[in-house]
Amino acid sequence: MTPFDYRVPTSAGAAVDTVAANPAAVFLAGGTNLLDHLKLGVAEPEVVVDVNAVTSDEIRDDDGGGLWIGAAVRNSDLAADRRIRTRYPAVAEALLSGASGQLRNMATAAGNPLQRTRCVYFQDTTTPCNKREPGTGCSAVGGYTRYHAVLGASDQCVATHPSDLAVALAAFDAEVQVLGTGGTRVIPFVDLHRLPGDAPERDTVLERGDLVTAITLPALPIAAKSRYRKVRDRASFAFALVSVAAALEVEDGIVRDARIALGGVAHKPWRATNAEEALRGMPADEDSYRRAARLELADARAVAGLDGGNAFKIPLVARTLVAVLRELGGAR
Amino acid sequence: METDVTLRVDGAEHDLRIEPRTTLLDALRERVGNTSPKRGCDHGQCGSCTVLVGGRRVLSCLTLAVRCHLAEVTTARGLGQSGPHPVQQAFLDHDGFQCGFCTPGQICSAVGMLSEFSQGHPSHASADVAAEPDLTESEVAERMSGNLCRCGAYANIVPALLDVAGGS
Ligand SMILES: Cc1cc2nc3c(=O)[nH]c(=O)nc-3n(C[C@H](O)[C@H](O)[C@H](O)COP(=O)(O)OP(=O)(O)OC[C@H]3O[C@@H](n4cnc5c(N)ncnc54)[C@H](O)[C@@H]3O)c2cc1C
Ligand code: SF4
Ligand code: FES
Ligand code: FES
Repeated sequence: MTPFDYRVPTSAGAAVDTVAANPAAVFLAGGTNLLDHLKLGVAEPEVVVDVNAVTSDEIRDDDGGGLWIGAAVRNSDLAADRRIRTRYPAVAEALLSGASGQLRNMATAAGNPLQRTRCVYFQDTTTPCNKREPGTGCSAVGGYTRYHAVLGASDQCVATHPSDLAVALAAFDAEVQVLGTGGTRVIPFVDLHRLPGDAPERDTVLERGDLVTAITLPALPIAAKSRYRKVRDRASFAFALVSVAAALEVEDGIVRDARIALGGVAHKPWRATNAEEALRGMPADEDSYRRAARLELADARAVAGLDGGNAFKIPLVARTLVAVLRELGGAR
Repeated sequence: METDVTLRVDGAEHDLRIEPRTTLLDALRERVGNTSPKRGCDHGQCGSCTVLVGGRRVLSCLTLAVRCHLAEVTTARGLGQSGPHPVQQAFLDHDGFQCGFCTPGQICSAVGMLSEFSQGHPSHASADVAAEPDLTESEVAERMSGNLCRCGAYANIVPALLDVAGGS
């Protein structure tokens, strides 16, 4: 680990100014991803700005019936919050399926969606990687692909976003409150993360110095009956191969509304708008669910690899989606 | 570059002058001389470095020591300062370890886990996250999944913890 200066800013604005002014400065929240990267040599900042004391660790009811979640709320506290558990159970389930009890006590609401990919080549500084070192190539194509993307990837990068929480937030129309050098702004959560395109080094649309101050969830009655299902290589303490966050509103056997996002399949949490659209007004049955999954995955493309490639993820995510919808919609 | 930090470890204060990049694990082991937390993976993957900070279980390998200035840090050694803690006694009664490398982390994690459970926190093993959880075998296994044991003592750790939870 290279040495760095540790700073505790006196205000959120001061934290923004420090990082905006210095390309070698980074924010520190729970540190569970940043410390790992410091040790691996993936990140070599000169200045580490601890934002824990200048961001909120409170969860508040907002005027519109939604929730305002401070950036510094720990993942475990968010998952244990009664309002999250009853109004947005898939958010609690997503958090609880991630990492371990110790890590969830450290990880924050802002840090979790801003964690970087777990692509093994990204984390290994001895291998080429366009995300870590633009222009060096992508070692994953033809390499180890099990955790890599089947939707929205580019020639440059086939990495996936690893956060579970982010998948549930994408499904439920969350928003991100950002403080930058130009003041505050709000970004729809689904627009926070980018597809890799020809700039895989950029995970999100945030600019240097942008500090996430809070994440908000709107009032969303449909989310009260929601599920997060994660498929992984072992039963606990493992990242998702694929995952599904969904909520379904069914009336008289007809789907009135749906919210769906997929995890483990793309460079960003994948809001499944095609599947949602295909479900509205259709009978809540197996045929509709399968059709929705097929439409959403029409452009899915596997990556070839020395582990046999990741083609298995396309039917896996389709089956997982159908299973979650069946559970939410009632078996018919 | 160096900075002053006061760590309160198992009830005793330690004034240290450290580099900001020093992890809590390294500060405890190499500066305070408390080798109870172990360095297993150093990357958050094994749980052997688990300590309690302000009563909550965290990984000392992914925590900067400078962030713990004046915070109460408790290690497994501290838990046993005045005779074995109930969780330590249960590990003894149930043979909850073999080589013992993972054990201080397991003990701290279990103490934190039982406190989370008593506050009604749900887990991935809870069928309904909105309901009050029950501490079943699968709940204990899930809540302790951040602590790996190369000797595979899990089969005795889970009954040990069910025993403590039932007896408290
Ligand atoms: C062994 C292991 C297993 C894991 N398993 C899972 C899993 O199954 N599912 C899952 O979802 N996650 C998993 N994680 C990842 C973990 O959840 C993340 O590391 C954590 O959520 C990151 O949050 P943090 O607060 O610790 O972020 P930090 O490490 O502090 O920061 C992460 C990034 O966000 C930036 N940042 C932090 N706060 C802000 C802010 N307010 N504004 C702008 N930028 C900010 C930092 O500069 C840094 O780049 C695992 C981690 C480990 C080590
Ligand atoms: S998939 Fe992306 S992160 Fe992984 S090696 Fe290729 S460029 Fe790097
Ligand atoms: S040494 Fe900290 S988790 Fe392994
Ligand atoms: S007792 Fe040996 S590693 Fe757990």
